[in-house]
Amino acid sequence: MRPDLDVVADLVGSGLRVLDLGCGDGALLEDLIERRGCTGLGVERELDDFHACIARGVPVTQGDLEKELPRFAAGDFDVAVLSLTLQAVSRPDRVLTEMKRVASRLVVSLPNFAHWRLRAALALRGRMPVTDALPYQWYDTPNIHLCTITDFEALAAELDLGVRQRTLIDASGRPVEGLARFAPNLLAERVVYSLVA
Amino acid sequence: MSGVGIVETRRAVVFEGDRPLVLASGATLPEVEVAYETYGELNAERTNAVFICHALSGDAHAAGLHEGDDPSRPGWWDNIVGPGRPLDTDRFFVICANVLGGCKGTTGPSSIDPATGRPYGLRFPLVQVRDLVEVHRALLAELGIERLLAAVGGSLGGMQALQWAIDHPTEIDGAAIIAASARLSAQNIAFSAVAREAIMRDPDFASGDYYENERRPDAGLALARMIGHITYLSEESMREKFGRRIQDAEVPRFGFDVDFQVESYLHYQGQSFVERFDANTYLYMGRVMDYFDPFEDPVRVQRQISRGETSFLVLSFDSDWRFSTEHARVMASELRGAGAPVTFQEISSPHGHDSFLFADPPEYHRTVAGFLDRLARQRGIG
Repeated sequence: MRPDLDVVADLVGSGLRVLDLGCGDGALLEDLIERRGCTGLGVERELDDFHACIARGVPVTQGDLEKELPRFAAGDFDVAVLSLTLQAVSRPDRVLTEMKRVASRLVVSLPNFAHWRLRAALALRGRMPVTDALPYQWYDTPNIHLCTITDFEALAAELDLGVRQRTLIDASGRPVEGLARFAPNLLAERVVYSLVA
Repeated sequence: MSGVGIVETRRAVVFEGDRPLVLASGATLPEVEVAYETYGELNAERTNAVFICHALSGDAHAAGLHEGDDPSRPGWWDNIVGPGRPLDTDRFFVICANVLGGCKGTTGPSSIDPATGRPYGLRFPLVQVRDLVEVHRALLAELGIERLLAAVGGSLGGMQALQWAIDHPTEIDGAAIIAASARLSAQNIAFSAVAREAIMRDPDFASGDYYENERRPDAGLALARMIGHITYLSEESMREKFGRRIQDAEVPRFGFDVDFQVESYLHYQGQSFVERFDANTYLYMGRVMDYFDPFEDPVRVQRQISRGETSFLVLSFDSDWRFSTEHARVMASELRGAGAPVTFQEISSPHGHDSFLFADPPEYHRTVAGFLDRLARQRGIG
């Protein structure tokens, strides 16, 4: 499993009902179901990923998460997960609000657009940044709503989502220690939150 | 081209003598015979059995050809059964049986009532999906199979797969429920009612005792089938198939006879149906669907689901307006509410309710194949 998904799985916990929005090939859910005693459901739009979930035996709904989310009942899940997907949805604020409705806790990971490498690319080269964490060109990126750690925490506060835990990770998905903790918005490439309503 | 080659329908008596079939309603049938076909080989561990549950007008002949058949007219679901197909007969032992109440070899209203020596007619008891499943299970017991890898079915067939998984969760690894509903809508029941009226108001219906008469309620049954057929196709598929084209002419004839191609098609469907189907069976199967409500007692369903580890696949088709995607979504959500793992997909297809019988779009068979493959690998089936 991708190292960043290990961090997400740790923040999700064990024995819970988990909804994984944009679950990809189902690797996270498989880990949560097989090794952490969770029950789960994925939502995935891409057909190849959907079929990868079936092959893993991970229950999944094929479809657009922004259309599927409103169909779940309030409190259907203990945890709703959105890993590296918030920046690709059309209305991140509405998705977070819906997640809050269907689950009592949210685990959300995102790329930090204020990381110094990105700032440098923009400031020094005058070009939209292309990095390991954000490997797309401006014209083909699915990431239409990029934000910084500070931006996200402001939105979370506005939506009455409390940050219960925050793990800073690098582009390879491993937790970062040391300096990053003092200036996360400058030094962390990605971040994983556990949020409560 | 058929994948499984020449096949034959076999028969087994599964209830008789001091072992009558006791129905969910409490009524009994002293004797039940089942017509069935099998494809592929049962493995030594007896773990590779896949059961096809057929829809309202289906029968046991799901795949292959009967001796002397026109090679272009194999069984009704031939495109999904065979070597390398989703119900892969190189890996699975596939079984299909005519349902209880049917008219294709399994005991039904056209069978002889041993008590009177005459056909049952409407004296045949009303049956439910649960009863259909119990008869399938009795056949499996006869074949020495205690557990299914999967039950697969479209429409009424999907209802049986669903009921099977709810009633006997420890006997079934997976249920693939396609273009089905767990609760008919008022609109569905309305269409069903009109079809039933068409049959029962036919003067030749004779209260269901037409078997020994010269005439049968053919007009009523044909009309019922025509109504049904309209609900099986989508508006788009009708437009593409027929449009407003005129049958055998360039210009309209302006009259009350069949003129448009779509009319001619419906007539043909009605007439050919009469030759192969029994009006009473049509009535019984209509009622089987109307009364189907497996989630009526959600507490029971939850208790049942928790006893097993059945995986569910729920599929719908976007052009199906008979059992629309909303039916499938409700079913998926009720199953999840009961704690079951459910994979759901709405497939884009132009063929309406009949989509479950088609091999295109390929996405459909890809999903069914993937679901069965996963179940098979879990059971160590190569």
